[in-house]
Amino acid sequence: MNRKYTLLIYTENHVGLLNRISIIFTRHKVNIESLNTSPSMEEGVHSFVITVNTSLAQAEHLRKAIEKQVEVLKAFLYEEKQVIPMEVALFKISTANLKSGNALEKLIRESSARIITVEPEFLVIEKTGTQSDIQDFLRQLSDFDVREFIQSGRVIVTRPMGKLKDYLLELEKQEEE
Amino acid sequence: MENKFNITGAEAITLALIEEGVDTVFGYPGGNNLPVYDSFYTHEKEIRHVLVRHEQGAVHAAEGYASANRRVGVCMVTSGPGATNLLTGIADAQLDSVPIVCITGQVVKPQLGYDAFQETDVVGFSMPVTKWNYQITSASEIASVMAKAFYIARSGRPGPVLLDITKDAQTQIIEKFEYKKCTKIRSYHPKLKPSETSVNEAATLLNNAQRPLMIVGHGVLLSGCQDEVKELAEKLDMPVASTLLGLSSVENDNPLFAGMVGLHGNYAANMMTNRCDVLLAVGMRFSDRVIGNPEKYATQAAVIHIEIDPSEVGKIISPAVGIVSDAKSALQKILPLIRKSSHISWLNQMREFQAKENETVINENLSKLRMGKAVRVVSEKKSGSTAVVADVGQNQMASARYFSFQPGDSIITSGGLGTMGFALPASIGAAYTKKFQNVVCIMGDGGFQMTIEELGTIMQYKLPVKILLLNNNYLGMIRQLQDLYYNSHYYFGEMQNPDFVKIVEAYGIKAEKVDNLEALEPAVKRMMDYNGAYFLEVRVEKQENIYPVIPSGKAVDEMLLTPNN
Repeated sequence: MNRKYTLLIYTENHVGLLNRISIIFTRHKVNIESLNTSPSMEEGVHSFVITVNTSLAQAEHLRKAIEKQVEVLKAFLYEEKQVIPMEVALFKISTANLKSGNALEKLIRESSARIITVEPEFLVIEKTGTQSDIQDFLRQLSDFDVREFIQSGRVIVTRPMGKLKDYLLELEKQEEE
Repeated sequence: MENKFNITGAEAITLALIEEGVDTVFGYPGGNNLPVYDSFYTHEKEIRHVLVRHEQGAVHAAEGYASANRRVGVCMVTSGPGATNLLTGIADAQLDSVPIVCITGQVVKPQLGYDAFQETDVVGFSMPVTKWNYQITSASEIASVMAKAFYIARSGRPGPVLLDITKDAQTQIIEKFEYKKCTKIRSYHPKLKPSETSVNEAATLLNNAQRPLMIVGHGVLLSGCQDEVKELAEKLDMPVASTLLGLSSVENDNPLFAGMVGLHGNYAANMMTNRCDVLLAVGMRFSDRVIGNPEKYATQAAVIHIEIDPSEVGKIISPAVGIVSDAKSALQKILPLIRKSSHISWLNQMREFQAKENETVINENLSKLRMGKAVRVVSEKKSGSTAVVADVGQNQMASARYFSFQPGDSIITSGGLGTMGFALPASIGAAYTKKFQNVVCIMGDGGFQMTIEELGTIMQYKLPVKILLLNNNYLGMIRQLQDLYYNSHYYFGEMQNPDFVKIVEAYGIKAEKVDNLEALEPAVKRMMDYNGAYFLEVRVEKQENIYPVIPSGKAVDEMLLTPNN
């Protein structure tokens, strides 16, 4: 059965790694739903958060194929219930909306969104939340003529308490001299 | 090595190769690797460069060298078409875990991405088929990156590494060149210790087995644990079957040897796979050609899978016990826990299966001018260690089935990718290792014509390669498939061939042709006794099918011995 899975991948920060990882999905004909890359807590270690809709067996196979890459330190696979996900979205709306009553301000307040800048012509709203929070908010904004909308990839924290450093130490211990 | 001062990047590449113990490079010069050739010129005594006739020949020769020598093979080509011509061989090395380092020249850094003459994104398109690849754009990177390349290629599960080196990096001056071998990479753990729990579980299963079967793969040869395999098999009285690439890890006349598994493997090996109670798989990956229908594969058995690559364990077959480890380390840990056993009736079953295959298939093949007969005669007439470099198709199956591998012998063939045209250049690589008294290249008429140009390399360097051409004027395996699955519509399987003997003679290589059974043995003897390259064309039966066969989608024990059984 296909479900949403999140892969959290720690890698060296080298040119070409994104390609090396993404072609693994291409080869298995699995679509990447969302992708985020950023530096991690460890120096020189980069993290990728990738979400896919696929079967557990396929997701685990992908995880192993990714972890096999020389410059990948560790790849973890999570089901939805094992992660706390967030995404951020930005909306550009005409400033004129503020002048025609307080409906927009009310919606922003009730949706825990916020205005991050107001320019003479337009204002920018930021909304952080899950994928569905953001989609709901976008729907509610439909009366206000949204000019631009962009959404980030998913970032997650995971429920297990292990630290990356501990996993890496564990791996080193398993190595033969 | 002492540090060197004020040398070019090209010189650094050469010195790095020497430091890694490379004595032979298979290559082809071009505009964007000429600085390295100029450096080779001054190191002629330390590094031998072999000029092939096509870049695909260079990479297969490097593979042949690596497989014969258990060392990293190296090839060096130019950018653009030089680089694209390597791809088949790189993919081949990736699937068969062959350690090679491929060096491609590249346009100067400022031209990257601007469609300069012979520029192509080799790092991009080789990514899916390399264990690791990297583009060097500055001479200062050469020492550390080359050290890393050799370490990655040979460690853990070996594989191909590609280094793309821009021409300006080759000509830049390095003020201080310091070479240190790489022994560790933070993100890479190639050799994990077998876990104690899994070793104990495996030993318990094996000690309690009534019908144990071991299948050995390429990993046995890569980790060099042939002795451990033999010791374990003898202690447990356990039959040993082999994959195609594992064939030379057990002497084939050992009474415990059950033969080759898989599509055209031996009857006993396949039947016993689905009858054993414990299946010990060592250094193999349960490829589709080995297992037939995965749903019906050894479902009755507790599978123990010893494999160095964690991504292989559970990929196709879920084992009862998975041991992620180098095969030698794992077997060394298991051996002391094993009690001596005896499995007389199980081994008798094996001999019955073997007798059945002999009666219905093998004896008949050996009584006619067929592929198996020609291979068997070579096997009988050779003296001393022999590398059998087999191509792909019916000739490959005949080589695997009818050559009796003895200690010191080796099979070198394209297993995973099934690359026709592999054998001739790979036999060139094997010949350079001097590890074998004989290098026998076995091919069909189709594959021969795919890399036939490498006859030029054999001629130029006077390589004593014995070429056995099994000619049926057909793409035999294609014809067989059309026969079995496409209503015998032999469409584009038949070939109009040239006079091969004349072609080979034009290269100055001794050549002859045999078209009757009586002439076969003396001709093979002449070939094997000849001091130098020799070409023997055997006009085998035109319409021979390789049996037994596991029909498509069937279980390994549904193997057919004849078309009608």
